[in-house]
Amino acid sequence: MQRLACFEKIRDARGGAIVVATYTSAFEWHRVDPDPRNFVSVGAMGQASSHALGFAIGLPEQKIIVLDGDGSLLMNLSTLTTIANAAPKNLVHFVVENGTYEANGGHPTPAQGTADFAGMASAAGYAEAHAYEGLNQFATDLPDLLAAPGPVFAALKVEAGDAPPLNYDYGWLHHADRRREFREAVRPLLSD
Amino acid sequence: MADAAGPSGRDLISALKRAGVRHIAALPDITTSAGLLWPLSEDPDLTLIRLSKEDEGVSICAALSYCDKRAVLLMQQTGLMDSLNNIRAVACENEQPVCMLVGLLGKEPDKAPSESASFGVRIVEPVLDAMEIDHILIEEPNDVAQLPAAIDRAYETSRPMVALIGRRVEP
Repeated sequence: MQRLACFEKIRDARGGAIVVATYTSAFEWHRVDPDPRNFVSVGAMGQASSHALGFAIGLPEQKIIVLDGDGSLLMNLSTLTTIANAAPKNLVHFVVENGTYEANGGHPTPAQGTADFAGMASAAGYAEAHAYEGLNQFATDLPDLLAAPGPVFAALKVEAGDAPPLNYDYGWLHHADRRREFREAVRPLLSD
Repeated sequence: MADAAGPSGRDLISALKRAGVRHIAALPDITTSAGLLWPLSEDPDLTLIRLSKEDEGVSICAALSYCDKRAVLLMQQTGLMDSLNNIRAVACENEQPVCMLVGLLGKEPDKAPSESASFGVRIVEPVLDAMEIDHILIEEPNDVAQLPAAIDRAYETSRPMVALIGRRVEP
């Protein structure tokens, strides 16, 4: 399946969720669903899920979706045990798994074809962990994934590459306006 | 000669609360373990987030700031060194108020960090200076009084702050 198609399904089921997206997924997600509740300022590679955990703790009534990459998760694997220990019921962790460092030339990750990310999340203590290779099954299960008490994990096994090609505009991604827009978007969600 | 007195964990916890901090992201450090981390882990007014790796805490604290919740990251200077890239990205370049309490493992109680025989201790302040990160040193009981203002400053300016803990924290 393709990342774009997965993201269109997530967009359709998103509701008002905050979505934390990293690098290639952030560019693709912005193309699919530009929304001020998207958070893309994740800093160093791998840190999307850690930001998402902070949002999940700080906004416990708000659904938090993280769109991680497999290369990114590899760079912060310890996040799995930290999230499992904190056990936020409102966190859904998607990992787009294409086996490559797509933003950096498409080189294979050391996990390509060997690692079981859903198995890792399950072993770390996530409430649920799944892996999907087909869009139909993912689309069928998606409402339940978003409704289940978290932390929920789902590896989305997608084809490498993007179609149509993405514009990797890092100036846009890192601009202070992204953080200002997000801060303004979450302000109405804050309790007194 | 008796060891010089270190800061009080009770006073540090009071200072954190005075500054509005309610969330602590931590990975244990022996300088602060008995006097600070254990007591705050049992404090019903504080939420402890146990980290598997320190740089996760940089992101968690930054994210909590968007939720109008003040947090600190408690770790050892080795964790600070390991987290520098995320501190650079999230706290410095993205201008987020990430506040860190950093135990200086191996620092001699009677020496300034810059005079320590430990390379890992000696380089901490110059590294923070190079990254233009505000820092304070808490060694003696009276030094704790600096902490609330330093945290306020970080949140008011949306910049990182490091409080170095130079002596073992007393319960």
